Amino acid sequence: MRIALGVLEADAGEVRWDGRPLDFEARRRVGYMPEERGLYPRMTVADQLEYLARLHGLSPADARRSVDAWIERLGVAARRDDEVLKLSLGNQQRVQLAAALVHDPDVLILDEPFSGLDPVAVDVMSDVLREKCDSGVPVVFSSHQLDLVERLCDRIGIIREGRMVAVGTVDELRAGAPTRIEVHAPAAPDGWADALPGVTTLQHRDGRTLVELGDGTDDQQLLAAALATGLVHEFARRPPSLAELFRHAVSEETTG
Amino acid sequence: MSSWPTIRLVAAREVRVRLASRATRIGTALLVAAVVALIVVISLISGGGSADKVAFTQETSALAQPLQASAEALGEDVETSTVPDAAAGEQQMRDGKLDALVTGTAEQPRVVVEEELDDTLRAVLTGVVRQQALDRQVQALGGDPAQVNREVASVRLEVTALEPRDAESDERLVIGIIVGILIYIALLTFGQTVAQGVVEEKTSRVVELLLATIRPWQLMAGKVLGIGLVGLGQLILLIAAGVITGAATGELTLPASVAAGTVAWAIAWYLMGYFLYALLFAAAGALVSRQEDVGSATMPLMMLIIVPYVIGISVLPSDPDNQLVAVLSLIPLFAPTLMPIREAMGEAAAWELVLATGLTLATAALLVRATGRVYVNAVLRTGARVRLREALQRG
Repeated sequence: MRIALGVLEADAGEVRWDGRPLDFEARRRVGYMPEERGLYPRMTVADQLEYLARLHGLSPADARRSVDAWIERLGVAARRDDEVLKLSLGNQQRVQLAAALVHDPDVLILDEPFSGLDPVAVDVMSDVLREKCDSGVPVVFSSHQLDLVERLCDRIGIIREGRMVAVGTVDELRAGAPTRIEVHAPAAPDGWADALPGVTTLQHRDGRTLVELGDGTDDQQLLAAALATGLVHEFARRPPSLAELFRHAVSEETTG
Repeated sequence: MSSWPTIRLVAAREVRVRLASRATRIGTALLVAAVVALIVVISLISGGGSADKVAFTQETSALAQPLQASAEALGEDVETSTVPDAAAGEQQMRDGKLDALVTGTAEQPRVVVEEELDDTLRAVLTGVVRQQALDRQVQALGGDPAQVNREVASVRLEVTALEPRDAESDERLVIGIIVGILIYIALLTFGQTVAQGVVEEKTSRVVELLLATIRPWQLMAGKVLGIGLVGLGQLILLIAAGVITGAATGELTLPASVAAGTVAWAIAWYLMGYFLYALLFAAAGALVSRQEDVGSATMPLMMLIIVPYVIGISVLPSDPDNQLVAVLSLIPLFAPTLMPIREAMGEAAAWELVLATGLTLATAALLVRATGRVYVNAVLRTGARVRLREALQRG
């Protein structure tokens, strides 16, 4: 992200936007929220945002209008004349987001925007991001809150040791992961599915068994085996959560 | 957006922040007060203050005119008045309207004062009374007092000075010292402010946000320019306070062209000195990431300002044309504090001023490149102190 914003030199490769290298002029159309939050501690919220808006080329009147609109939207309007250092961390973060949005950017790049936010602020922030995205502004953000990522994002990239190890929509990422099925067969004995080819039992407790199917393994064969043990109350595919996909993607690389 | 509007925005923010800061306002107020107080004190010590007010009763009023005349001859300012009687005069004195009251008779005058008689006034009064007595004696011996006085007055003491002193040299020395102090304080204060401003942006990480939008050199230029403008405003305010106080107390007697020249050079040297040092202070600030480290990073620069100034201020008053100081005042980093003192004292030759200005500007041009590179290379590197050599390497 810092390379995209020109704050860091790239070791290799190129940053492009709309097919053209993201140069200095194009970067001015990016809204950026650095991971290490950065605001002048002794400037008031409104002055600060107005200054940043003007640096991005807004006229004084436009800057003021935009500042008023965003602090209202992000719920920090009451603190507009307070110095940033007097704000709570959560409010500082809202101001930081306002700083990224205040010049009506064409692209948003946010480094860990959700870290340290309370649930209400998380909702405000996700609404704003979703809305920006719906209005055609690409939003790129990094996060470790994978449930949020899963809920919000259209495309996800998983980075391990500086390399992108998986990219795609949640479904695409899932497609690459092995199928998991949970079977609820109360009468099934321990290890009932172990003999089946391509099936690995992950967990077996209280009659519930979670298995992983290898590539090309027939799930009907598993169902038949389950029925053979007695009653089957449930037989369902369990899509892996993003957290599991993440673990999988990361461990695959480590072992492979 | 081209560079200039960006630089102007950055500079405008600096000006706004500095003007809003209590430290700047209190500091400026204290300096103005100090300049005014210094000139008033000098004026009081040199005795060029208000006129001595002397009142005479009807009986002694004949002494008033001769007192005026002889006080004027000595360059003393005396105001005389007549009171109806001694009691009225004493009342005026208690009200603080009189310095001395002459009662008794013209032949046997008595002087009433509140506490004690001022030495100069005593000498003048004594002279007048003795002159009167002498006149009477001359008259008693059958001579013409006026003729005797003319004869006496025609005898003069001829003085030949081998190295005649400039009549204004004391005044010029004082002006030189004041100008020197002001520029010295301005360089230290505003140089340090630049370094702290750079570090503030590093510590708060706001620099990362800014540099995603504007180029590092624009940020550096705007900061240096903005703080420099605040410093210039403060210096002009201080000079104005000094000139007005000097004129009001009658201490400033230099010809207007000389005074204007000194003010113009003082401002020019502040500007050159400030930009020279501000570049260095900005680069030094960029090397560190914590306010606590600013002091050690800028120490060498502080010494470059302090040492020549201390040498100059301790040598020049007693030895205005000292050769060492004359040479030092040509060296770019020392010139901004030393040259304006020498100029104000009337010791700097035109060629020296031109040479020092040329050398300083050339150095500034070189420093723009070097300090710009250090700043750009170091300003985004937070954490440990960046080594100067690394920062100087081409990015």
